[in-house]
Amino acid sequence: MPDELCIPVSSEIDIVTARQKGRELAARLGFSNTELTLIATAISEVTRNIVEYARRGELCLSIVQQGNKRGISVIASDRGPGIPNIKLAMQDGYSTGHSLGLGLPGAKRLMDEFEIVSEVGKGTKVTMKKWVQNNVR
Amino acid sequence: MLVPILKQGDYLIASIQSELSDADLLKLRDDLVSRVGEFHSRGVIVDVTVLDVMDSFATRTLRAMAHMIMLRGAETVIVGIQPEVAFSMVQLGLKLEGVETALDLEEGLTLLDHRTKGDNKRAR
Amino acid sequence: MKREKINQSTPESEAALRQELVEHFREKRELLRQQWVQQMNAKGLLAGLTQEEIENESITIYDTCIVCLETGEYEGAQTYARRMAERGVLRGMTTEQIIGGILTLRNVYGRSLFEWYQQDMERLSAALDIYEPVADKIISVVALAFVEEREKVVRQQQEAIRELSTPVLQVRDQLLILPIIGVIDTHRARQITEQLLRTIRTRRAKVVVMDITGVPAVDSKIAGHLVQTVDASKLMGATVIVTGISPEIAQTLVTLGVDIAKMNTVGDLQGGIEVANEFLGYKVVRTEPETSLNHQEKKVQ
Ligand SMILES: Nc1ncnc2c1ncn2[C@@H]1O[C@H](COP(=O)(O)OP(=O)(O)OP(=O)(O)O)[C@@H](O)[C@H]1O
Ligand SMILES: [Mg+2]
Repeated sequence: MPDELCIPVSSEIDIVTARQKGRELAARLGFSNTELTLIATAISEVTRNIVEYARRGELCLSIVQQGNKRGISVIASDRGPGIPNIKLAMQDGYSTGHSLGLGLPGAKRLMDEFEIVSEVGKGTKVTMKKWVQNNVR
Repeated sequence: MLVPILKQGDYLIASIQSELSDADLLKLRDDLVSRVGEFHSRGVIVDVTVLDVMDSFATRTLRAMAHMIMLRGAETVIVGIQPEVAFSMVQLGLKLEGVETALDLEEGLTLLDHRTKGDNKRAR
Repeated sequence: MKREKINQSTPESEAALRQELVEHFREKRELLRQQWVQQMNAKGLLAGLTQEEIENESITIYDTCIVCLETGEYEGAQTYARRMAERGVLRGMTTEQIIGGILTLRNVYGRSLFEWYQQDMERLSAALDIYEPVADKIISVVALAFVEEREKVVRQQQEAIRELSTPVLQVRDQLLILPIIGVIDTHRARQITEQLLRTIRTRRAKVVVMDITGVPAVDSKIAGHLVQTVDASKLMGATVIVTGISPEIAQTLVTLGVDIAKMNTVGDLQGGIEVANEFLGYKVVRTEPETSLNHQEKKVQ
């Protein structure tokens, strides 16, 4: 498995693939079992949002390094309808899909870094990172 | 991936065998809800031991399923949620409100026995 | 003593001089090494080491330093310093002992150069230009190895203390007690939760009494973590009874919007254990005083 890969997302089957690949890559970095689960769950949420709201898009995974920190980067991007009010979308319980509205704010809690850029009519891009702990050396 | 559903006395037991796609999960929900009616089951156990991710969709679907089953007069117990998965679920903000949970199949059966026996007493 | 820089030194002459130094130190090895050990002894730097250890270590260190001088490579020194640090820290050697030892060696080498080149100041100066950077580098390699080792040990100890500070105790079949003592931060809260969830699984626990009498303060964030611990345990089929909630913490929980009525709370640990026992179908019965003064527990079916 390379250090970087992108998975085209166009159906709910791809959600399973995305989180499996994410788990694999993260496992190579030495994340704990709990952290692997957190990462896979966050990937599941953002990938499902693509399928649900934008129909198609892409999920990219890569290993990132910052100083002596190593981690995984997850980027979910689509050219879907975009999100008119990001602040609202990031609130627990806000959903236009009659769902729980926990996907985005929840994914943010599961990861160390979370950034969302979206423009109505252009698309949405969610960038998330998680760093390996206790890896000072 | 189909989930086998076993009928054991008054109960139905669904043991998930591998990671499920959304469609698989929806199918499981529909199957269980219809079988509960068909067999007049009093309890349902869904064993999720093998699942290493329970995201908002899975949680919402299981919750909705338990409510539908309740409307048909049976109890649902979700068993086998792994420590990491439980941790991840609460971090995400997910709860299985109104759904019983137990450590594993054995505990789930004990719980159902307990609860349906209570119902019996009340019924008499 | 005056040292003039010689700028005309060519690469060849420098290489030749370097080789000359290496040979000099090799030739004088026994003498210089003895001097070094003596001086360290006089300064009390060898406390706690056996004669054999002193012999072996001093030979290896002496030779390793010469290799650094000869090749300009420090990998061997690094590896050796790390190994030494591991052993040294384990045996409780002080920083003074380690750094003092290396500084003494530096002096011994330096003095021998002064003696050897005392007739030729220019050559001495050139020799020092070669020797000193190597000596400095060696000292920094050793110091770094020890600092890193200390940090590693401290980290490990912190982890161990954290684990120990929140033991998950099994009182009886299906019942765990989690006494939390001291300040909780996010990291610790996570660790406690993870540890508890794993123990619920391995011990097949159904009830957990979480006692927070020993927790001095809880902000809304930590209260949130405690609620998560309760919820996650529930997902695994275990009920958590929280005991020892101070009025302040109760206030925080209410402000947070936590429905305390939904949480199982009992005043103190003792009461919590009693409730847990009841929950599990046990009953505490006081037997006749003549039989026993202690409480005896019986399972009630
Ligand atoms: N990729 C996207 N493109 C367009 N809109 C999006 C996208 N992702 C999220 N949204 C909008 O943001 C809202 C919040 O998303 P979030 O994932 O938090 O909740 P949800 O998908 O509605 O519910 P849940 O994820 O809990 O099932 C969505 O309801 C949707 O309106
Ligand atoms: Mg979503």
